[in-house]
Amino acid sequence: MRLRSDTAVVLRTYKLGEADRIVVLLTADHGKVRAVAKGVRKTRSRFGGRLEPLTHVTVQLHEGRNLDVITQAETIDTFRTIRDDLGRLGRAVAMLEAADHLSMEGEPTPELFRMLVGALRSLGENDSALVASAFLLKALALEGFRPQVEGCVACGAIEDLVAFDAGSGGLLCRPHRRGGAISPEAITLLGDILGGRLAAALATPRGPATGEVDRVATALFEHHIERRLRSVAVLDAG
Amino acid sequence: MSPYAGPVQDLIDELGRLPGIGPKSAQRIAFHLLKLPTPDAQRLATAITEAKARVAFCQRCFNVCEGELCDICADPRRDGNLLCVVEEARDLVAVEKTGEFKGRYHVLQGAISPIEGIGPEQLRIKELLVRLDPEGVQEVIVCTNPNIEGEATAMYLARLLDPLGCRVTRLASGLPVGGDLEYADELTLGRAIEGRRTLDAS
Repeated sequence: MRLRSDTAVVLRTYKLGEADRIVVLLTADHGKVRAVAKGVRKTRSRFGGRLEPLTHVTVQLHEGRNLDVITQAETIDTFRTIRDDLGRLGRAVAMLEAADHLSMEGEPTPELFRMLVGALRSLGENDSALVASAFLLKALALEGFRPQVEGCVACGAIEDLVAFDAGSGGLLCRPHRRGGAISPEAITLLGDILGGRLAAALATPRGPATGEVDRVATALFEHHIERRLRSVAVLDAG
Repeated sequence: MSPYAGPVQDLIDELGRLPGIGPKSAQRIAFHLLKLPTPDAQRLATAITEAKARVAFCQRCFNVCEGELCDICADPRRDGNLLCVVEEARDLVAVEKTGEFKGRYHVLQGAISPIEGIGPEQLRIKELLVRLDPEGVQEVIVCTNPNIEGEATAMYLARLLDPLGCRVTRLASGLPVGGDLEYADELTLGRAIEGRRTLDAS
Protein backbone atom coordinates (compact mmCIF):
# COMPACT_ATOMS: atom_id res chain seq x y z
CA MET A 1 0.00 0.00 0.00
CA ARG A 2 1.68 3.16 -1.18
CA LEU A 3 0.55 6.68 -0.49
CA ARG A 4 1.93 9.85 -1.94
CA SER A 5 0.85 13.43 -1.87
CA ASP A 6 1.20 16.11 -4.48
CA THR A 7 -0.13 19.53 -5.35
CA ALA A 8 -2.23 19.68 -8.46
CA VAL A 9 -4.75 21.57 -10.55
CA VAL A 10 -7.94 19.69 -11.46
CA LEU A 11 -8.17 19.75 -15.27
CA ARG A 12 -11.43 17.92 -15.81
CA THR A 13 -13.60 15.18 -14.40
CA TYR A 14 -15.55 12.28 -15.83
CA LYS A 15 -18.46 10.53 -14.17
CA LEU A 16 -17.73 6.97 -13.16
CA GLY A 17 -20.44 4.54 -12.15
CA GLU A 18 -23.10 5.66 -9.72
CA ALA A 19 -21.39 8.21 -7.47
CA ASP A 20 -17.67 8.24 -8.36
CA ARG A 21 -15.63 10.45 -10.61
CA ILE A 22 -12.39 10.08 -12.51
CA VAL A 23 -10.45 13.25 -11.83
CA VAL A 24 -7.73 14.36 -14.24
CA LEU A 25 -5.02 16.26 -12.34
CA LEU A 26 -1.98 18.14 -13.55
CA THR A 27 0.42 17.55 -10.67
CA ALA A 28 3.59 19.41 -9.84
CA ASP A 29 5.80 16.32 -9.56
CA HIS A 30 4.17 13.47 -11.47
CA GLY A 31 2.79 15.05 -14.64
CA LYS A 32 -0.80 14.24 -15.52
CA VAL A 33 -2.51 11.83 -13.15
CA ARG A 34 -5.90 10.21 -13.59
CA ALA A 35 -7.35 9.18 -10.27
CA VAL A 36 -10.62 7.89 -8.92
CA ALA A 37 -12.48 9.94 -6.32
CA LYS A 38 -14.98 7.67 -4.66
CA GLY A 39 -18.44 8.83 -3.69
CA VAL A 40 -17.81 12.48 -4.59
CA ARG A 41 -21.10 12.95 -6.41
CA LYS A 42 -23.08 12.39 -3.24
CA THR A 43 -24.01 15.58 -1.40
CA ARG A 44 -22.51 14.25 1.81
CA SER A 45 -19.07 13.73 0.25
CA ARG A 46 -16.26 15.14 2.35
CA PHE A 47 -14.05 16.29 -0.46
CA GLY A 48 -16.17 16.36 -3.60
CA GLY A 49 -16.29 20.14 -3.65
CA ARG A 50 -12.53 20.34 -3.67
CA LEU A 51 -12.17 18.24 -6.79
CA GLU A 52 -14.14 20.41 -9.20
CA PRO A 53 -12.21 21.47 -12.32
CA LEU A 54 -10.13 24.62 -11.83
CA THR A 55 -9.28 23.97 -8.18
CA HIS A 56 -5.68 24.10 -6.97
CA VAL A 57 -5.37 21.33 -4.37
CA THR A 58 -3.04 19.14 -2.37
CA VAL A 59 -4.13 15.55 -2.79
CA GLN A 60 -3.17 12.31 -1.20
CA LEU A 61 -3.17 9.48 -3.68
CA HIS A 62 -3.28 5.81 -2.92
CA GLU A 63 -1.60 3.88 -5.67
CA GLY A 64 -4.02 1.46 -7.27
CA ARG A 65 -3.45 -1.27 -9.82
CA ASN A 66 -4.77 0.72 -12.71
CA LEU A 67 -5.93 4.15 -11.51
CA ASP A 68 -4.86 5.82 -8.29
CA VAL A 69 -7.49 6.53 -5.65
CA ILE A 70 -7.77 9.96 -4.05
CA THR A 71 -7.98 9.58 -0.29
CA GLN A 72 -7.75 13.22 0.83
CA ALA A 73 -7.89 16.66 -0.74
CA GLU A 74 -7.09 20.08 0.69
CA THR A 75 -7.81 23.28 -1.21
CA ILE A 76 -5.02 25.76 -1.91
CA ASP A 77 -7.05 28.08 -4.13
CA THR A 78 -10.54 27.83 -5.59
CA PHE A 79 -10.08 30.80 -7.99
CA ARG A 80 -13.46 32.12 -6.99
CA THR A 81 -13.15 35.37 -8.97
CA ILE A 82 -12.77 33.26 -12.13
CA ARG A 83 -15.73 31.03 -11.27
CA ASP A 84 -18.01 34.01 -10.73
CA ASP A 85 -17.35 35.55 -14.15
CA LEU A 86 -18.51 33.78 -17.31
CA GLY A 87 -15.87 35.38 -19.55
CA ARG A 88 -12.96 34.49 -17.30
CA LEU A 89 -14.32 31.02 -16.74
CA GLY A 90 -14.33 30.39 -20.48
CA ARG A 91 -10.72 31.45 -20.79
CA ALA A 92 -9.68 29.40 -17.76
CA VAL A 93 -11.36 26.29 -19.16
CA ALA A 94 -9.52 26.80 -22.47
CA MET A 95 -6.24 26.82 -20.52
CA LEU A 96 -7.22 23.64 -18.65
CA GLU A 97 -8.05 21.95 -21.95
CA ALA A 98 -4.71 23.04 -23.42
CA ALA A 99 -2.81 21.76 -20.38
CA ASP A 100 -4.69 18.46 -20.67
CA HIS A 101 -3.55 18.09 -24.29
CA LEU A 102 0.08 18.96 -23.60
CA SER A 103 0.68 16.89 -20.48
CA MET A 104 1.15 13.14 -20.36
CA GLU A 105 0.75 10.53 -17.67
CA GLY A 106 4.03 9.60 -16.01
CA GLU A 107 5.90 12.55 -17.57
CA PRO A 108 6.58 15.21 -14.92
CA THR A 109 6.19 18.73 -16.32
CA PRO A 110 6.82 21.07 -13.37
CA GLU A 111 7.24 24.09 -15.69
CA LEU A 112 3.85 23.57 -17.32
CA PHE A 113 2.28 23.18 -13.88
CA ARG A 114 3.90 26.41 -12.65
CA MET A 115 2.79 28.25 -15.78
CA LEU A 116 -0.78 27.04 -15.40
CA VAL A 117 -1.00 28.06 -11.74
CA GLY A 118 0.62 31.41 -12.57
CA ALA A 119 -1.75 32.06 -15.46
CA LEU A 120 -4.80 31.16 -13.35
CA ARG A 121 -3.65 33.43 -10.52
CA SER A 122 -3.09 36.26 -12.94
CA LEU A 123 -6.55 35.72 -14.46
CA GLY A 124 -8.01 35.64 -10.95
CA GLU A 125 -6.46 38.97 -10.03
CA ASN A 126 -7.44 40.91 -13.10
CA ASP A 127 -9.34 40.07 -16.21
CA SER A 128 -6.58 40.64 -18.68
CA ALA A 129 -7.45 40.00 -22.33
CA LEU A 130 -4.37 38.00 -23.28
CA VAL A 131 -3.83 35.59 -20.37
CA ALA A 132 -5.20 32.50 -22.15
CA SER A 133 -3.42 33.21 -25.45
CA ALA A 134 -0.17 33.96 -23.64
CA PHE A 135 -0.51 30.65 -21.81
CA LEU A 136 -1.12 28.76 -25.08
CA LEU A 137 1.88 30.39 -26.78
CA LYS A 138 4.26 29.94 -23.85
CA ALA A 139 3.13 26.34 -23.29
CA LEU A 140 3.86 25.63 -26.98
CA ALA A 141 7.27 27.29 -26.62
CA LEU A 142 7.95 25.03 -23.64
CA GLU A 143 7.16 21.98 -25.77
CA GLY A 144 9.59 23.18 -28.42
CA PHE A 145 7.02 24.67 -30.79
CA ARG A 146 7.90 28.34 -30.27
CA PRO A 147 6.66 30.26 -33.31
CA GLN A 148 9.08 32.54 -35.15
CA VAL A 149 7.92 36.08 -34.31
CA GLU A 150 11.09 38.11 -34.83
CA GLY A 151 11.43 37.76 -38.57
CA CYS A 152 10.15 36.05 -41.68
CA VAL A 153 10.19 32.23 -41.46
CA ALA A 154 11.14 31.96 -45.13
CA CYS A 155 13.88 34.55 -45.57
CA GLY A 156 14.62 36.03 -42.15
CA ALA A 157 13.62 39.56 -43.15
CA ILE A 158 12.70 41.63 -40.13
CA GLU A 159 10.76 44.30 -41.97
CA ASP A 160 7.46 44.35 -43.79
CA LEU A 161 6.07 41.35 -41.91
CA VAL A 162 2.43 40.99 -42.92
CA ALA A 163 1.21 37.43 -42.37
CA PHE A 164 1.19 34.57 -39.89
CA ASP A 165 0.92 30.96 -40.91
CA ALA A 166 0.51 28.19 -38.33
CA GLY A 167 1.81 25.52 -40.71
CA SER A 168 5.01 27.47 -41.48
CA GLY A 169 5.42 28.21 -37.79
CA GLY A 170 5.58 31.96 -37.67
CA LEU A 171 5.51 35.33 -39.39
CA LEU A 172 6.05 35.90 -43.08
CA CYS A 173 7.14 38.97 -45.03
CA ARG A 174 5.19 40.45 -47.93
CA PRO A 175 6.97 38.51 -50.76
CA HIS A 176 6.62 35.17 -48.94
CA ARG A 177 3.21 35.75 -47.43
CA ARG A 178 0.92 32.81 -46.71
CA GLY A 179 -1.83 32.19 -44.15
CA GLY A 180 -3.74 35.01 -42.46
CA ALA A 181 -2.84 38.70 -42.46
CA ILE A 182 -1.61 40.19 -39.18
CA SER A 183 -1.32 43.78 -37.98
CA PRO A 184 1.91 45.41 -36.69
CA GLU A 185 0.24 45.86 -33.24
CA ALA A 186 -0.46 42.13 -32.96
CA ILE A 187 3.14 41.36 -34.02
CA THR A 188 4.40 43.58 -31.20
CA LEU A 189 2.16 41.73 -28.73
CA LEU A 190 3.42 38.33 -29.92
CA GLY A 191 6.99 39.59 -29.47
CA ASP A 192 6.18 40.82 -25.96
CA ILE A 193 4.59 37.52 -24.91
CA LEU A 194 7.41 35.32 -26.20
CA GLY A 195 10.24 37.76 -25.57
CA GLY A 196 10.01 38.09 -21.79
CA ARG A 197 7.84 41.25 -21.67
CA LEU A 198 4.73 39.37 -20.58
CA ALA A 199 3.60 42.00 -18.08
CA ALA A 200 3.40 44.62 -20.85
CA ALA A 201 1.36 42.28 -23.04
CA LEU A 202 -1.02 41.38 -20.22
CA ALA A 203 -1.63 45.06 -19.48
CA THR A 204 -2.92 45.64 -23.01
CA PRO A 205 -6.65 46.37 -23.03
CA ARG A 206 -8.93 44.24 -25.20
CA GLY A 207 -9.00 45.41 -28.80
CA PRO A 208 -8.64 44.27 -32.41
CA ALA A 209 -4.96 43.39 -31.88
CA THR A 210 -5.62 41.15 -28.86
CA GLY A 211 -8.35 39.43 -30.87
CA GLU A 212 -5.78 38.73 -33.61
CA VAL A 213 -3.35 37.29 -31.06
CA ASP A 214 -6.15 35.06 -29.70
CA ARG A 215 -6.83 33.72 -33.19
CA VAL A 216 -3.13 33.17 -33.94
CA ALA A 217 -2.56 31.37 -30.61
CA THR A 218 -5.57 29.09 -31.10
CA ALA A 219 -4.67 28.30 -34.71
CA LEU A 220 -1.07 27.51 -33.79
CA PHE A 221 -2.08 25.35 -30.85
CA GLU A 222 -4.64 23.42 -32.86
CA HIS A 223 -2.08 22.92 -35.62
CA HIS A 224 0.37 21.32 -33.20
CA ILE A 225 -2.00 19.12 -31.22
CA GLU A 226 -3.78 18.25 -34.50
CA ARG A 227 -7.16 18.60 -32.84
CA ARG A 228 -9.67 21.36 -32.18
CA LEU A 229 -9.73 23.16 -28.86
CA ARG A 230 -13.37 22.63 -28.00
CA SER A 231 -13.71 25.14 -25.20
CA VAL A 232 -12.47 28.14 -27.16
CA ALA A 233 -15.54 29.30 -29.07
CA VAL A 234 -18.28 27.99 -26.78
CA LEU A 235 -18.66 30.93 -24.45
CA ASP A 236 -17.53 33.70 -26.78
CA ALA A 237 -20.69 33.39 -28.83
CA GLY A 238 -23.02 34.08 -25.92
CA MET B 1 -17.11 -17.55 -33.04
CA SER B 2 -19.34 -16.82 -30.12
CA PRO B 3 -19.75 -19.69 -27.64
CA TYR B 4 -23.48 -18.91 -27.28
CA ALA B 5 -26.34 -19.49 -29.66
CA GLY B 6 -27.14 -16.42 -31.80
CA PRO B 7 -30.19 -15.03 -29.91
CA VAL B 8 -28.47 -15.44 -26.52
CA GLN B 9 -25.40 -13.61 -27.73
CA ASP B 10 -27.58 -10.83 -29.17
CA LEU B 11 -29.32 -10.46 -25.81
CA ILE B 12 -25.99 -10.31 -23.97
CA ASP B 13 -24.66 -7.71 -26.42
CA GLU B 14 -27.74 -5.51 -26.05
CA LEU B 15 -27.70 -5.69 -22.24
CA GLY B 16 -23.99 -4.91 -22.24
CA ARG B 17 -24.75 -1.56 -23.90
CA LEU B 18 -26.75 -0.37 -20.88
CA PRO B 19 -24.97 2.08 -18.56
CA GLY B 20 -22.98 0.47 -15.74
CA ILE B 21 -23.38 -3.06 -17.10
CA GLY B 22 -20.23 -4.89 -18.12
CA PRO B 23 -19.95 -8.11 -20.12
CA LYS B 24 -20.14 -10.31 -17.02
CA SER B 25 -23.25 -8.62 -15.61
CA ALA B 26 -24.84 -8.72 -19.06
CA GLN B 27 -24.29 -12.47 -19.16
CA ARG B 28 -25.77 -12.93 -15.68
CA ILE B 29 -28.89 -10.89 -16.52
CA ALA B 30 -29.32 -12.64 -19.86
CA PHE B 31 -29.36 -16.06 -18.21
CA HIS B 32 -31.71 -14.80 -15.53
CA LEU B 33 -34.11 -13.61 -18.22
CA LEU B 34 -33.91 -16.97 -20.00
CA LYS B 35 -34.91 -18.74 -16.80
CA LEU B 36 -37.95 -16.48 -16.23
CA PRO B 37 -41.43 -17.73 -17.07
CA THR B 38 -42.50 -16.39 -20.47
CA PRO B 39 -45.16 -13.91 -19.14
CA ASP B 40 -42.59 -12.23 -16.85
CA ALA B 41 -40.14 -11.76 -19.69
CA GLN B 42 -42.95 -10.58 -21.90
CA ARG B 43 -43.94 -7.96 -19.33
CA LEU B 44 -40.43 -6.50 -19.35
CA ALA B 45 -40.39 -6.42 -23.14
CA THR B 46 -43.79 -4.68 -23.22
CA ALA B 47 -42.71 -2.16 -20.56
CA ILE B 48 -39.73 -1.18 -22.71
CA THR B 49 -41.65 -0.88 -25.98
CA GLU B 50 -44.56 0.94 -24.30
CA ALA B 51 -42.22 3.43 -22.59
CA LYS B 52 -40.42 4.10 -25.86
CA ALA B 53 -43.67 4.51 -27.78
CA ARG B 54 -45.68 6.58 -25.30
CA VAL B 55 -43.19 8.74 -23.47
CA ALA B 56 -42.20 12.00 -25.11
CA PHE B 57 -41.00 15.38 -23.98
CA CYS B 58 -43.50 17.92 -22.66
CA GLN B 59 -44.06 20.59 -25.33
CA ARG B 60 -43.72 23.33 -22.78
CA CYS B 61 -41.13 22.34 -20.19
CA PHE B 62 -39.33 19.35 -21.81
CA ASN B 63 -39.95 17.10 -18.86
CA VAL B 64 -40.62 13.47 -19.85
CA CYS B 65 -44.36 12.91 -20.18
CA GLU B 66 -47.17 11.01 -21.79
CA GLY B 67 -49.08 13.18 -24.26
CA GLU B 68 -48.44 16.83 -25.11
CA LEU B 69 -48.07 18.43 -21.69
CA CYS B 70 -46.61 16.91 -18.54
CA ASP B 71 -48.72 16.60 -15.37
CA ILE B 72 -47.07 19.65 -13.82
CA CYS B 73 -47.63 21.94 -16.82
CA ALA B 74 -51.22 20.72 -17.13
CA ASP B 75 -51.97 21.33 -13.43
CA PRO B 76 -53.85 24.68 -13.03
CA ARG B 77 -53.03 24.88 -9.28
CA ARG B 78 -49.36 25.43 -10.04
CA ASP B 79 -48.03 28.96 -9.52
CA GLY B 80 -47.24 30.39 -12.95
CA ASN B 81 -45.15 33.24 -11.51
CA LEU B 82 -42.34 30.93 -10.50
CA LEU B 83 -40.24 28.99 -12.95
CA CYS B 84 -37.58 26.54 -11.82
CA VAL B 85 -34.89 25.79 -14.43
CA VAL B 86 -33.22 22.38 -14.07
CA GLU B 87 -30.69 20.44 -16.15
CA GLU B 88 -32.40 17.06 -16.35
CA ALA B 89 -35.80 15.54 -15.63
CA ARG B 90 -34.13 13.68 -12.75
CA ASP B 91 -33.34 17.03 -11.11
CA LEU B 92 -36.96 18.07 -11.49
CA VAL B 93 -37.97 14.97 -9.54
CA ALA B 94 -35.44 15.82 -6.81
CA VAL B 95 -36.85 19.36 -6.41
CA GLU B 96 -40.42 18.04 -6.57
CA LYS B 97 -39.72 15.59 -3.74
CA THR B 98 -38.89 18.45 -1.37
CA GLY B 99 -42.53 19.56 -1.55
CA GLU B 100 -41.30 23.16 -1.16
CA PHE B 101 -41.82 24.31 -4.70
CA LYS B 102 -45.24 25.06 -6.15
CA GLY B 103 -44.30 26.71 -9.43
CA ARG B 104 -43.56 25.24 -12.84
CA TYR B 105 -40.36 23.83 -14.31
CA HIS B 106 -38.21 24.08 -17.38
CA VAL B 107 -35.81 21.26 -18.26
CA LEU B 108 -32.74 22.41 -20.22
CA GLN B 109 -31.74 18.85 -21.11
CA GLY B 110 -28.10 19.45 -20.30
CA ALA B 111 -25.68 22.15 -19.15
CA ILE B 112 -23.18 24.41 -20.89
CA SER B 113 -19.88 22.55 -20.91
CA PRO B 114 -17.01 24.31 -22.66
CA ILE B 115 -14.75 21.29 -22.22
CA GLU B 116 -17.21 18.97 -23.99
CA GLY B 117 -17.95 21.66 -26.57
CA ILE B 118 -21.61 21.97 -25.48
CA GLY B 119 -22.79 25.54 -25.97
CA PRO B 120 -26.02 27.34 -25.09
CA GLU B 121 -27.54 26.64 -28.53
CA GLN B 122 -27.59 22.90 -27.79
CA LEU B 123 -29.84 23.44 -24.75
CA ARG B 124 -33.53 24.31 -24.50
CA ILE B 125 -32.78 27.97 -23.81
CA LYS B 126 -34.67 29.51 -26.75
CA GLU B 127 -37.70 27.54 -25.60
CA LEU B 128 -37.25 29.01 -22.12
CA LEU B 129 -37.18 32.59 -23.43
CA VAL B 130 -40.45 32.23 -25.35
CA ARG B 131 -42.22 30.96 -22.21
CA LEU B 132 -41.46 33.95 -19.99
CA ASP B 133 -43.86 36.56 -21.38
CA PRO B 134 -46.97 34.51 -22.24
CA GLU B 135 -46.89 32.75 -18.88
CA GLY B 136 -46.23 35.94 -16.92
CA VAL B 137 -43.17 34.54 -15.14
CA GLN B 138 -41.94 36.88 -12.38
CA GLU B 139 -39.04 34.86 -11.06
CA VAL B 140 -36.73 32.30 -12.61
CA ILE B 141 -35.00 30.04 -10.09
CA VAL B 142 -31.85 28.58 -11.62
CA CYS B 143 -31.52 25.08 -10.15
CA THR B 144 -28.55 23.79 -12.13
CA ASN B 145 -25.93 21.61 -10.43
CA PRO B 146 -23.36 23.42 -8.29
CA ASN B 147 -20.47 22.23 -10.47
CA ILE B 148 -18.51 24.05 -13.15
CA GLU B 149 -21.00 23.28 -15.95
CA GLY B 150 -24.03 24.16 -13.84
CA GLU B 151 -22.47 27.42 -12.65
CA ALA B 152 -21.52 28.41 -16.19
CA THR B 153 -25.11 27.75 -17.27
CA ALA B 154 -26.46 29.77 -14.34
CA MET B 155 -24.23 32.75 -15.16
CA TYR B 156 -25.18 32.57 -18.81
CA LEU B 157 -28.89 32.53 -17.97
CA ALA B 158 -28.52 35.40 -15.52
CA ARG B 159 -26.86 37.51 -18.21
CA LEU B 160 -29.55 36.59 -20.73
CA LEU B 161 -32.61 37.04 -18.50
CA ASP B 162 -31.62 40.07 -16.48
CA PRO B 163 -32.36 42.64 -19.24
CA LEU B 164 -35.81 41.10 -19.71
CA GLY B 165 -36.92 42.47 -16.35
CA CYS B 166 -37.46 39.12 -14.75
CA ARG B 167 -36.04 38.31 -11.33
CA VAL B 168 -33.33 35.64 -11.58
CA THR B 169 -32.38 33.71 -8.45
CA ARG B 170 -29.91 30.94 -7.88
CA LEU B 171 -30.28 27.95 -5.62
CA ALA B 172 -28.28 28.61 -2.42
CA SER B 173 -25.07 26.73 -1.66
CA GLY B 174 -24.81 25.43 1.85
CA LEU B 175 -24.06 22.56 4.14
CA PRO B 176 -25.85 19.24 3.87
CA VAL B 177 -28.08 18.28 6.78
CA GLY B 178 -26.18 15.89 9.03
CA GLY B 179 -22.80 16.97 7.67
CA ASP B 180 -19.69 18.04 9.59
CA LEU B 181 -18.55 21.63 9.43
CA GLU B 182 -14.89 20.67 9.71
CA TYR B 183 -15.09 18.60 6.53
CA ALA B 184 -16.93 21.21 4.50
CA ASP B 185 -14.97 22.46 1.51
CA GLU B 186 -13.96 26.13 1.42
CA LEU B 187 -16.11 27.09 -1.55
CA THR B 188 -19.31 25.69 -0.04
CA LEU B 189 -18.61 27.04 3.45
CA GLY B 190 -17.67 30.43 2.01
CA ARG B 191 -20.92 30.61 0.07
CA ALA B 192 -22.86 29.40 3.11
CA ILE B 193 -21.43 32.28 5.15
CA GLU B 194 -22.23 34.72 2.37
CA GLY B 195 -25.81 33.46 2.16
CA ARG B 196 -26.41 33.36 5.92
CA ARG B 197 -29.75 34.50 7.28
CA THR B 198 -31.13 36.04 10.43
CA LEU B 199 -32.48 33.64 13.03
CA ASP B 200 -35.98 34.40 14.21
CA ALA B 201 -35.90 35.02 17.94
CA SER B 202 -39.59 34.27 18.41
